Amino acid sequence: MTRYSAFAVFREGLRRQKGWKPAWRSPKPKKAYDVVIIGGGGHGLATAFYLAKNHGIRNVAVLEKGWLGGGNTGRNTTAIRSNYFYPESAALYDFSVKLYEGLSRALNYNVMFSQRGMIVLAHSEHDMEMATRQYNAMRLNGVDAVLMGRDAVRRLVPVLDMSLDARFPIHGGVFQPRAGTGRHDAVAWGYARAADRLGVDLIQNCAVQGFVMEAGRCVGVQTSRGEIGAGIVGAAVAGHSSVLAQMGGYHLPIQSYVLQAFVSEPLKPILDTVVLAPALGTYVSQSDKGGLVIGGGLDRVPAYGQRGNMPMQETVLGGLCEMMPALARVKLLRHWGGIVDVTPDSSPILGRSGVDGIYLNCGWGTGGFKAIPAGGYLFAHLLATGQHHDISRPFDLSRFASGALVDESAASGIAH
Amino acid sequence: MQVFPCPYCGPRNETEFRYIAAAGKTRPDTTQPVQDQDWARYLYRQRNEKGAVREVWMHLTCGELFVMERDSVTMEVLGSTALRDGVE
Repeated sequence: MTRYSAFAVFREGLRRQKGWKPAWRSPKPKKAYDVVIIGGGGHGLATAFYLAKNHGIRNVAVLEKGWLGGGNTGRNTTAIRSNYFYPESAALYDFSVKLYEGLSRALNYNVMFSQRGMIVLAHSEHDMEMATRQYNAMRLNGVDAVLMGRDAVRRLVPVLDMSLDARFPIHGGVFQPRAGTGRHDAVAWGYARAADRLGVDLIQNCAVQGFVMEAGRCVGVQTSRGEIGAGIVGAAVAGHSSVLAQMGGYHLPIQSYVLQAFVSEPLKPILDTVVLAPALGTYVSQSDKGGLVIGGGLDRVPAYGQRGNMPMQETVLGGLCEMMPALARVKLLRHWGGIVDVTPDSSPILGRSGVDGIYLNCGWGTGGFKAIPAGGYLFAHLLATGQHHDISRPFDLSRFASGALVDESAASGIAH
Repeated sequence: MQVFPCPYCGPRNETEFRYIAAAGKTRPDTTQPVQDQDWARYLYRQRNEKGAVREVWMHLTCGELFVMERDSVTMEVLGSTALRDGVE
């Protein structure tokens, strides 16, 4: 396999680009694997990579019903941040940001993690008090944060409407300098290529249709490409987690919703950070190609259709025009929807499913992309050892019966 | 913009409606001691079906609860029934 480097680009330039090899193999499924991971999105691929890299478990298959990274990994707004409230969440998401910081090097694949920072705006005196509380929580959790007043926000994002008679005037905000954006496809492809190099079989167009049970234990999966045996099975299928749960006979506290996103026509550079306005229900960043990447809250209708509804489009885009009136005439290039798996406390589920041999990585809801490295790292630890890593322990499925929820619904700002 | 049928007011804009819960959940009998697992099942467990679903919705403008049957993939509405008539 070609190692990517500046030298390789130069060499291939001289060779008329004839020397590039496919980034990963397309193997036929074997009869059985030590670990079968269902779902070839970011979390599934990262899990396979860390199983091979950290734990030496290389007899691993990732089964993907469509194409790699074609679900929420390819549909999110690429924000990466760890501005959470509770210590459990801060530990989880900041671990992920730290892994992202070294990811391009670790994978030999440029994931274009750009730490351009992210600001969550405050729109009233009360919002400013909550922003201060958020800032204090982040600092206590060891996460970087800057509390900003009006002038600092104005300098950071000149395109914002700072007038005091705006519908939601801007009083300040909390800025996380280490937050930013990444290239979402590159994260999936980088993990896929690195996992493949370590011997993991990535099997696309392979839909799981059922579990093979033996004496109460899951010993494999039925797929559209035949039966595949498994020492253990890890499920990382996001919005379709409940569909898999019905096949496996376990139960989840998850509701699936559509989350929409939008991208505009390319513009000259106008925005060099990520801006979230909770009162308007809109957040926005600008991609390297110049498109504004725009997101908002959930469509509040339980759904599995990967497309959005009109009222939420109106809310999100209206919010953008309020926040940055200069953008009102910008045209959208495209918009789309993904199916997100929302839990009652807006925190993920990592742990045993309740069925012997099936483990869960799900419930990331609207915030799975930022957590891909940590989700994969911790899920690999769980699959390899059968035990929780200290960081993943609070996110076990058992918290719903014990009542030890990690309720981030309010802390993380936007409908998540 | 999707139109949902309220059994009382007829077809109305989707923005007038709010999803409440999956239909058919029964609150544990609190005259008896209730196990944590049973509370958790009632409070948190979701069927979250892909395809035909039965759900309780509220029409916010008239304030009435009713059962709507939908397809959660196509968003097609398959029927709506008033809760008052003792259906549930």
